[in-house]
Amino acid sequence: MSSMTFGRAINAGLRKAMENDPKVVLMGEDIGKLGGVFRITEGLQKDFGEHRVMDSPLAEAGIMGTAIGMAYRGYRPVVEIQFDGFIYPAFDQIVCQVAKLHYRTQGKVKVPLTIRVPFGGGIGSPEHHSESPEAYFTHTSGLRVVSVSNPQDAYTVIQQAIASDDPVLYFEPKRRYHVKGEVNEGVDLSAESMESARVVTEGSDVTLVTYGPLVPTALDAAVAASDDGVSVEVIDLRSLAPIDFATVEASVRKTGRLVITHEAAQSGGLGAEIAASITERCFYYLEHAPVRVTGFDIPYPYSKLEFHHLPDLDRILDGVDRAMGRANSLSSLEG
Amino acid sequence: MNPAQEDDVVQLLTPSGARTSGEYDRWVEDVDDNELMSLYQDMVVVRRIDAEATALQRQGELALWPPLLGQEAAQVGSARALRTDDFVFSSYREHAVAYCRGVDLTDMTRVWRGNASSGWDPFGINMATPQVIIGAQTLHAVGYGMAIVNDGDDAVAVTYFGDGATSQGDVNEAMVFAASYQAPVIFFCQNNHWAISEPVGLQAQVPIARRAPGFGIPSVRVDGNDVLATLAVTREALHRARTGGGPTYIEALTYRMGPHTTADDPTKYRDANELEDWAAKDPIARLAAYFQERGLYTEDFQSSVKAKADDVAREMRAGCVNMAEPETMDVFKNVYSSPNSWLERQQDHYARYLATFDDTAADAEGSK
Ligand SMILES: Cc1ncc(C[n+]2csc(CCOP(=O)(O)OP(=O)(O)O)c2C)c(N)n1
Repeated sequence: MSSMTFGRAINAGLRKAMENDPKVVLMGEDIGKLGGVFRITEGLQKDFGEHRVMDSPLAEAGIMGTAIGMAYRGYRPVVEIQFDGFIYPAFDQIVCQVAKLHYRTQGKVKVPLTIRVPFGGGIGSPEHHSESPEAYFTHTSGLRVVSVSNPQDAYTVIQQAIASDDPVLYFEPKRRYHVKGEVNEGVDLSAESMESARVVTEGSDVTLVTYGPLVPTALDAAVAASDDGVSVEVIDLRSLAPIDFATVEASVRKTGRLVITHEAAQSGGLGAEIAASITERCFYYLEHAPVRVTGFDIPYPYSKLEFHHLPDLDRILDGVDRAMGRANSLSSLEG
Repeated sequence: MNPAQEDDVVQLLTPSGARTSGEYDRWVEDVDDNELMSLYQDMVVVRRIDAEATALQRQGELALWPPLLGQEAAQVGSARALRTDDFVFSSYREHAVAYCRGVDLTDMTRVWRGNASSGWDPFGINMATPQVIIGAQTLHAVGYGMAIVNDGDDAVAVTYFGDGATSQGDVNEAMVFAASYQAPVIFFCQNNHWAISEPVGLQAQVPIARRAPGFGIPSVRVDGNDVLATLAVTREALHRARTGGGPTYIEALTYRMGPHTTADDPTKYRDANELEDWAAKDPIARLAAYFQERGLYTEDFQSSVKAKADDVAREMRAGCVNMAEPETMDVFKNVYSSPNSWLERQQDHYARYLATFDDTAADAEGSK
């Protein structure tokens, strides 16, 4: 076990994957000498050379498309999208090509591509630097989508993503890069699938489902709620496509109440998917309609106002109160 | 072939400040000493704006700032060639262009302070607000140019972008459209040699200006640190566009002397010697040398320029630090041009949520 930051853990995971498989190559803007704008690939070009850690021209569609070509020749490219908002120029290559190639070729072509995306807000950046675009990709069949929330998962899941024969979008909560944690570098990668959700803390009154950047916030909310006499079970999904509904379902059968929180806008978001799926599966167990605590249906706001948009501890607690039928901000409406 | 190689580069003022002559002289025949001195003043002022903004960022007043240090001549020379009814589509580093368009100085810092998504009314100064998505604005310029043609007007759309941007599909598609529709557009590429940590050689293996002819667009390379030369080539391109000659591609060879943004550390990837070489080609120093040679660099002139720069910097600083804070409910404004029921509901719910804190405050107050 060693203690390292989230960012370092991804770096260590990439390094391990590159050591284990010479077909693993890294591509992206500024990932070489600079080590990426977040320094996640720091030192890798020096140790593995320019053919394995490639600074790409400033062209996201180009990066994604050429990565597909490399995959045709047996490579496992790991591409870095510099910031969430810059994935859109590559959108066509991802949803029309990366996602569909295996299906279109009756399984003959595999695209073991990992797309690393620093995502989410809370760091005071200008526009296009704080987006939560995950739902576009979970809506596209053929893609696996994961989001990690702590150094150990970051380390483990990046290697599982690279080892997967399917394309994986790996969403990194950039505002947590500097969070430290224990990492077991000898972890058995086959012991736990990256598709399994994790019960972070157990509880009996409310199931609180989240992923990525909001996991620590949800945990804080669980602690605060317990001071208030409410026992919250926090689930970190880890995999957003497919979602491990079995874990969420088991929890909701126990608690009877579901709150989902994410930074992304509400309408058409993952919260809607989870609420609908759990309602289908657990209708007779639910004691309150599922509650969503999310970003608003607005473009990500300028930094002075971003903390209104992002769910925080108090907003999550208000959501928990709604699910519990306790006094909450919408009580007057529910009257 | 080194893409930065300086063959066939239009230059009217050498780095040491000597006036050279050539076929481009005819485009700046009317530029007298007064005009040159005012170009000089603009360059000094924008360098000062840039330094002041960098300082404001260091002092925590701005969240971020992308410095233009070194690119004053490319921006001032080209922007000063424009008419007010021309329209500019730039990226994020074109503070000098915005200054020449007449931007309000407080508006210039608004976005970088984090107080707004856009700093100014594009139609107020005929310049779109800064574009962060690399290259996207080039297409907007071409569309604007196509609309000018439809209207039978003789205005011109000008788009600014960097050497890194030339790799984007958007920029290449913009050139396809511009050529097909013979749109009155100037593609103004500031080849400042770096895209964050990536040298221009990663984007292009031949001089970037050579790409345009392949799309059917005439191109020219200009010494981007020579304000007179950038003025001349821009005037030629404007003339071509206004008289039905379609688009022109200008590659201005310049250098980003500072970091990419205030969050960047160029020592990680850039050789200090390179910076020194380019410092010797400084756009402001060369004009000063030219004035000196001709006895125009008087103390009066220098102090009046400095006074102007001080005034502008003071005004910008005051506007920045005294800027009104945005209102919370502004987050819901302008998402749509008319009311949207989903959003109205969210706004209502959020207002109720915020009101619970008033109650808590009131309760706390009451129980005292
Ligand atoms: C589509 C997109 N990809 C990546 C980025 C991140 N990024 C911002 S500036 C920059 C470098 C731009 O270089 P260049 O076009 O040469 O312009 P310069 O900054 O040198 O003026 C990069 C990679 C972005 N803003 N947009």
